[in-house]
Order: sequence, then C-alpha cells, then structure tokens
Amino acid sequence: MLSLYQRRRIINALWLGISFLMMTFGLFWLIWILATLAFHSFDSLSLDLFTKMTPPPGSQGGLLNAIVGSLLMTSAGTLIGTPIGIFAGIYLAEYGQRGWLAPATRFMNDVLLSAPSIVIGLFVYMVVVLRMGHFSGWAGALALALLVIPVQVRTTENMLRLVPNTLREAAAALGAPRWKIITSVTLRASRAGIITGMLLAVARISGETAPLLFTALNNQWMSTNMNEPMANLPNMIFQFSMSPYQDWHTLAWAGALLITFSVLAINILARVVFRDKNPSY
Amino acid sequence: MESSMNQTKLSIRDLNFYYGKFHALKNICLDIPEKKVTAFIGPSGCGKSTLLRVLNRMYDLYPKQTAQGQVLFDGNNILDRAQDLYQLRAKIGMVFQKPTPFPMSIYDNIAFGVKLYERLSRRKMDERVEWALKKSALWDEVKDKIHQSGQSLSGGQQQRLCIARGVAVRPEVLLLDEPCSALDPISTLKVEELINELKTEYTIIMVTHNMQQAARVSNYTAYMYLGELIEFDETNKIFTTPSKQATEDYITGKFG
Repeated sequence: MLSLYQRRRIINALWLGISFLMMTFGLFWLIWILATLAFHSFDSLSLDLFTKMTPPPGSQGGLLNAIVGSLLMTSAGTLIGTPIGIFAGIYLAEYGQRGWLAPATRFMNDVLLSAPSIVIGLFVYMVVVLRMGHFSGWAGALALALLVIPVQVRTTENMLRLVPNTLREAAAALGAPRWKIITSVTLRASRAGIITGMLLAVARISGETAPLLFTALNNQWMSTNMNEPMANLPNMIFQFSMSPYQDWHTLAWAGALLITFSVLAINILARVVFRDKNPSY
Repeated sequence: MESSMNQTKLSIRDLNFYYGKFHALKNICLDIPEKKVTAFIGPSGCGKSTLLRVLNRMYDLYPKQTAQGQVLFDGNNILDRAQDLYQLRAKIGMVFQKPTPFPMSIYDNIAFGVKLYERLSRRKMDERVEWALKKSALWDEVKDKIHQSGQSLSGGQQQRLCIARGVAVRPEVLLLDEPCSALDPISTLKVEELINELKTEYTIIMVTHNMQQAARVSNYTAYMYLGELIEFDETNKIFTTPSKQATEDYITGKFG
C-alpha cells in the first residue's frame, strides 16, 4: 500500500514525464522541418540568392525579385492593415461598451479571423483584380491587409483589456478626456503587447500563398511597380517545386528556408525584445 | 459650534444610486464642510465607495450606473447632464485604493494632469512638479530619479505619487478611496500626516475601513449601512457619544 505522499510523487513524475515527452514531440517536428529545409537548400545558399532574379529552367539565378515582391507586399499589407486593426481594437476595448455595434463587430472579426485565406484571395480577385482587369501587387497587399486586420483587432483589444480599469479611472479622475486616456495611458501601458501582435501578424502573412495566387499572381522578372503582377516567395515556391527542373527545386527549398527563418526570427524578436517591459501590467 | 462656522463645499440632496436595478444608495442627504476631512465608514458593501464615486461622477465611465437627486458643488448640481465632466474632475481629484502610477516617468505622472488644463513653460512646470512632490512628502525620496518610471517606486511611494498627481492640478476637493488599505503601517502614517497637511487647503473626503484611521485624521465622520446614511457628525462625537445605537454597535465592534 502506497502512502499518500508516495502516490503524489509518482503522479507528479508521471505528469512531468508526459509533458516533457509531448514537448519533445512538438520540438522534434520543428527541428526536422528546419533541418530538411537547410539540407535541401544548402547548394543554393549563396549571395546569388539575394542579387539575381529567378532564372529560366537550366540556368543560374536567385530569388531577388521574389524577395523584393514579398517584402513590398508584406510591408504594404501591414501598413494598411495595422492602423485599421489597432483603431478597431481600441473601439472594441475602450468605446464599445453600450449598444450592439461592438459585439457585432467582434463576432464578424472572429469570423474573419478564422476565414480560410483562399476565400480572402478569391474575394479580392472578384472585387479588385476583375475590375482592374489584371493581377497586381496592390491587390496582393490588400488581400494580406485583410488577413492582418482581424489579428491586429483581436490582439489590440485583448492587450487593452489587460490594462486595469483603475488606471483608466485614475486618468479620468484628473479630468482627462477619453482620447487622452487612451493615447497617453492605456495604449502606452499595452504597447509592447500591441507591437508583438503586429509582428505576429507580419509573420502570419509572410507565408500566405493562396491570397497572393489570386491577386498578385507571380512575375518572372523584377518589378517594383505595385500596379503590375508581382513576384513573391510563396508562389515562387509553389511554381518551382511543381516543376520538373532540379535547379528550380533547389531554389524553391531556399525560398522556403528564407520564409521559415524570417518567421522564426520575427517570433523570437517578438518574444525577446518586448519581454517584461511592463512587468506590472 | 464648529459646524456652524463651516462653509459647505458639497451638498448632497436626496441622492439615490443604482447599479442596474440594484438600489445602492438610498436618499442620502449630507453636507460636506469645506477644508475639513470627512470620513465615510461602514461595513463592506454599505455604499461608501459608491457615494465617493458619485462626487466626481466616476460612475459615468460605466454603462448601467445611474444617480438621481442632487449634488451641489458651489451651488451647481453636478449630476446635471450639462455638467462638463472633465472640468468637474479637474476640480474634484481622486486617489484610489491601489496605487495607479501611469506607465511613464515620475515627472510625467505629475505633469500629465497639469498639461490637460494649463500651458506652463518648462521652468514653471518643473516648479509645479517639485511643489506637488513636496506637498506630498515625496520630494526628498525621488528628487534624484524624477525621470525614472513611476512604477519603479515602492507601494507607499507610488500612493504618495498618486496624491501628488492629484494635488498638482490644484483641485478644490480630494476624494480618497481607502488610500492606505494597500500600504504598510509606516507608509500609512506618512499618508495620514499628508492628509493632515492638505486639509488646510483642500476639502478632503475619504473612505476607510479602518476606524482608528477615521478617528485619527477626520474632522467629520459619516456612518453608512446598506446604502443608507445612518449618522453624520463631528468625528469626536461619533466615536464617543454617537446618537444612534447602530453607529455605536459598529464602532465598538459589536457588529461589522
């Protein structure tokens, strides 16, 4: 017969063991993915990747146009989506206490948050691409912005809600109007969380393929004109990896590695740089 | 004798307050004297904090909280819809139970409220910040780190910072909602000394759970129970010869 103490120790060890095993299991796949990417793209990892354009099959080249396109559209999408998302999040957390508008917005936002990105791509295709008559970088940026908005709305609202009401009351008690309370006190108290949310939204859209397939399409040549079809890493990976050419395959692996490591870097940045800046909130 | 000499700063008339349908304050009538310390005491849930939050209309931040009746502040009914809330709160400051330093420097914590209503030169603002910190007996402790975060201070210092912040905008009335309940005895003593200092210039209304504190620092005491004002009188009288049995039971610890 085990004593209660021994039993508790065994159960504790069991839980610890299971948790550790599951953690290792999760980490195992991540490391495998990273290792595979590194292994397959090893041959193509050179400066050419960042200086040359995507080549025709059978010749040497890099990913410059796809990298530039991805950077342009991701930045534009973030620049369009983030302010909208932050302001909407502020409305939900700070203003929308009365009436039906805030709950309705929150519900729609949750729907948007879980909408498949291909639906967003098709929507922008219908609304923008068909009307403009051609694929374009702007359409791609717009689709990405539509993916950024719900993430940013949700994180902004959540982060603002973590700010204790007593802080709002304290500012109100000095005679501060609402906008002043928000800009000087609550946004300031939650800025680390909101910026983290923005970085995570960037990480999310930088690997999106489907929305860009219907909007920016792809481009074999260098283009910084947002009114034209634009190369981007995800669709380049898709196109190259489906091709029968070995050197295209290698480039696709390199693109995948670039995206994965940038996303990893953004995630680490979000965690490290903004860790414990505001310990009391 | 003393009471007849006092000016009334805030006059509460037939005040009823509701949280949704819950009737939290019932027909409160009370005259708060100017430049004195008035304490609200009573068991938890009796409505003393609620009453305090009516006086600067803090309840207005929340939906479903309503007040009926009158609160006359220098003759104007502040419950009036036309009352400008920001002006009102600039004149009636408030300090809360837990210290609430803003996420900014000590200096900016104090300058924040001042900037809302006054345009001061850099030098004048420096003087104001120093004045407020001296008033709240914090200057000596923070003068060398005035540009550090207000959140780096200890709990007692944070609370005095909050009082300094409230004093800096030069209000006429200060509302203190259990200002010492999160503080250690030494910090409590400092804050109490501070209240004693401040009452020469400000009308102070404080909510407290601590009857000794009410006895130590207040000139007048209001005892509340279940949303009603049971008794209001000079503090000495309340604590020595209360006129109601219920008050006596509470202050002697038979109840509550």
